[in-house]
Amino acid sequence: MTKKTVTSMLLLMLALTVVLAGCGGKSNDGGQAAGGNENAADSGSKVTINFMHLWPAGSSAQQNKLVNDIIAEYQNEHPNVTVKQEILENEQYKNKLKVISASNQLPDVGVTWAAGFLEPYAKGNLFAPLDDLLSGDLNGQFVSGTTEAYAIDKKTYALPIELNISPIYYNKAIFEKYNLEVPQTYDQFLQVVQTLTENGVAPIALGNKDRWTGSLWYMYMADRLGGADTLKNAINRTGTFEDPSLIQGAAEIQKLVDMNAFNKGFNGLSNDEGKSEFMNEQAAMYMMGTWELPNFTTNPDIPQEFKDKVGFFKFPSVEGGKGDINSWVGGPGVGLFVAENSKVKDEAKAFVNYFVQKWGEKSVVDAGVIPATKVDTAKVELPQLYIDLLNELNNASNLTLFADVQLKPDAAQTHLNMIQALFGKAVTPEEFAKKHEEAIAEGN
Amino acid sequence: MDKVMSNKYVIALYVLPALLLILAIIYVPIVLTGYYGLTEWNGIGAMKFTGFDNYARVLQDNAFWQSAGHSLLLAVFSAVSLFGYLLVALVLSGKVKGANTFRKIYLIPMLLSSVAIAQLWLKVYHPTNGVLNSFLESLGFSNPPAWLAETSLVLGALFIPILWQYAGFYILIYYAALKNIPASLEEAAKIDGANAWQIAFRIKLPLIMEVIKVTIVLAVVGSLKYFDLIYVMTDGGPNGASEVMASYMYHQAFRGFDFGFGSAVGFVLLLICLIITWIIRKLTESKDTIQYS
Repeated sequence: MTKKTVTSMLLLMLALTVVLAGCGGKSNDGGQAAGGNENAADSGSKVTINFMHLWPAGSSAQQNKLVNDIIAEYQNEHPNVTVKQEILENEQYKNKLKVISASNQLPDVGVTWAAGFLEPYAKGNLFAPLDDLLSGDLNGQFVSGTTEAYAIDKKTYALPIELNISPIYYNKAIFEKYNLEVPQTYDQFLQVVQTLTENGVAPIALGNKDRWTGSLWYMYMADRLGGADTLKNAINRTGTFEDPSLIQGAAEIQKLVDMNAFNKGFNGLSNDEGKSEFMNEQAAMYMMGTWELPNFTTNPDIPQEFKDKVGFFKFPSVEGGKGDINSWVGGPGVGLFVAENSKVKDEAKAFVNYFVQKWGEKSVVDAGVIPATKVDTAKVELPQLYIDLLNELNNASNLTLFADVQLKPDAAQTHLNMIQALFGKAVTPEEFAKKHEEAIAEGN
Repeated sequence: MDKVMSNKYVIALYVLPALLLILAIIYVPIVLTGYYGLTEWNGIGAMKFTGFDNYARVLQDNAFWQSAGHSLLLAVFSAVSLFGYLLVALVLSGKVKGANTFRKIYLIPMLLSSVAIAQLWLKVYHPTNGVLNSFLESLGFSNPPAWLAETSLVLGALFIPILWQYAGFYILIYYAALKNIPASLEEAAKIDGANAWQIAFRIKLPLIMEVIKVTIVLAVVGSLKYFDLIYVMTDGGPNGASEVMASYMYHQAFRGFDFGFGSAVGFVLLLICLIITWIIRKLTESKDTIQYS
């Protein structure tokens, strides 16, 4: 009997050892990634740059190939440099970045998001300022308003490589059927909405369960009424959300709701469900970021006849409003950072400089990703919808970053909740403004 | 074997691995959560010790109490619906034709994952293409409501799938408990002239009282910490109308990056669950358990 006990004890210990060993394995990986730059420190000739990114060959095949191409070219031109990649899926990437930043083992070059995401890293001196690159040969290459999203206290901590703006897509066939023109002014836009509701077509597809979708509409309304700076100032506390134009913007949203401008039950639908109203041609318009473009152009899963029907227009200007029709709501997606304590900082910066330029030349054609650098549409071959939008982008007078990205996480939640309440008519425009004021004041 | 088991060290050795794991995975995190609730912490960076600030904030937070109210309402509905499940189980455990098939039918929702159920009911409730509204329209209602978008309806609309999801589980528990009652008792009662009603309520129910108590606790505590369907179907919206305590905690911690406050909410949620469990135990306490065998 005792013998049996001993055997089972041993088995148990073995099992536990395996469990513990499993836990230990992960931390080893992190150690190796950081250890790579040690050999670079002493020899000036051979340099290894560790590059951590989030485009696995499986789920982001096109981006992955593009990254590999750029790295191969770079290594050809700089034979002493080796770029070592570490690739993770989006969510894992975010988690790993958090963990390794706590132990100060960031890769030399990595991917980050703008504003709120970036802030703790910048404030913790984990990322190196890249302003010297911006004043170098990248000067003037970025679409205006994109690098600012990565700036904290006047220093730019990452260079954006993706850019999204939000046009209103519309179904040309539906517009034609009811003899509608693309609206240039807000009054014309209201006319379009009116005609469509009278004919029983949902004018605008919206899934506001996700809340940032409704935020886009409010932001444009605020922009067209108050001009590009009113909302920005309200967020950075030089202005206020109780500005008359911002309150009026909220009131206009509720007018649209009263007109039944949005599809039924929008507050209970997710963005995907809202989108399907547009894709099924039950709704005539849909405002969304340019990340949807492949669905309207190149995606083979979507019937060509539908794709041919999709056009876009800019959010119309409002009479008496201070906003410019060429001002966009949008935001850069991910950007590249260089770690502050990288042992090969200069080489890493040079690589980022090279990468951003090459990416800018190729990403839209190779991967359908609009880069944050300006694209010369005469030189590239693309679906017409892309070309038109890129041309608009080159004319952009302003880019207002998505409000929920600009705001601190806490205040962003209040903003998003208030958006849903505003669309659901649970608050008045004045209360809407007041709650924003309270939330932002609390965060500071 | 008895000799081995009488050795205290051996007992300790057998108990230890499980005990260590439970301590490390459950109890230590509970204590840590309570501690995090005392700090201001955004998930990265340094924690700042702020004493009981977060807990004071939770207690004064209207949004929290609103969500707590929703959770309690769900708990009440779950507890009341147990009565219905009990009736179904009583019928099934009798000699009904096809009882076995029915039992399986009731159990199927239990086998689906919560997310699948949520997707299913999202389709049912879809404002224009959903089964429910199509049905209502065919009956002649011209403008059926958007179930998940109306603040006054959303909670009720969510309770139905939640109750539906667990119905089979409780029916199965009751069914098993009722089947455990020796047939001789029922026969003896019949000989003494008891009718079916009396057999059910005077003999069977008292015998499974312990099981009923356990299911009440399970249903109430399960409801208080309920999260999944609500997270997928409405995410607490619109405008917090379907927010429950667990989803509120999630939103504060993981969306608002306020892990200190989120932990405090989580800890208060734990305390509420403990207190209510204790109250239920007190209310259903009986001096002597009935045994007929």
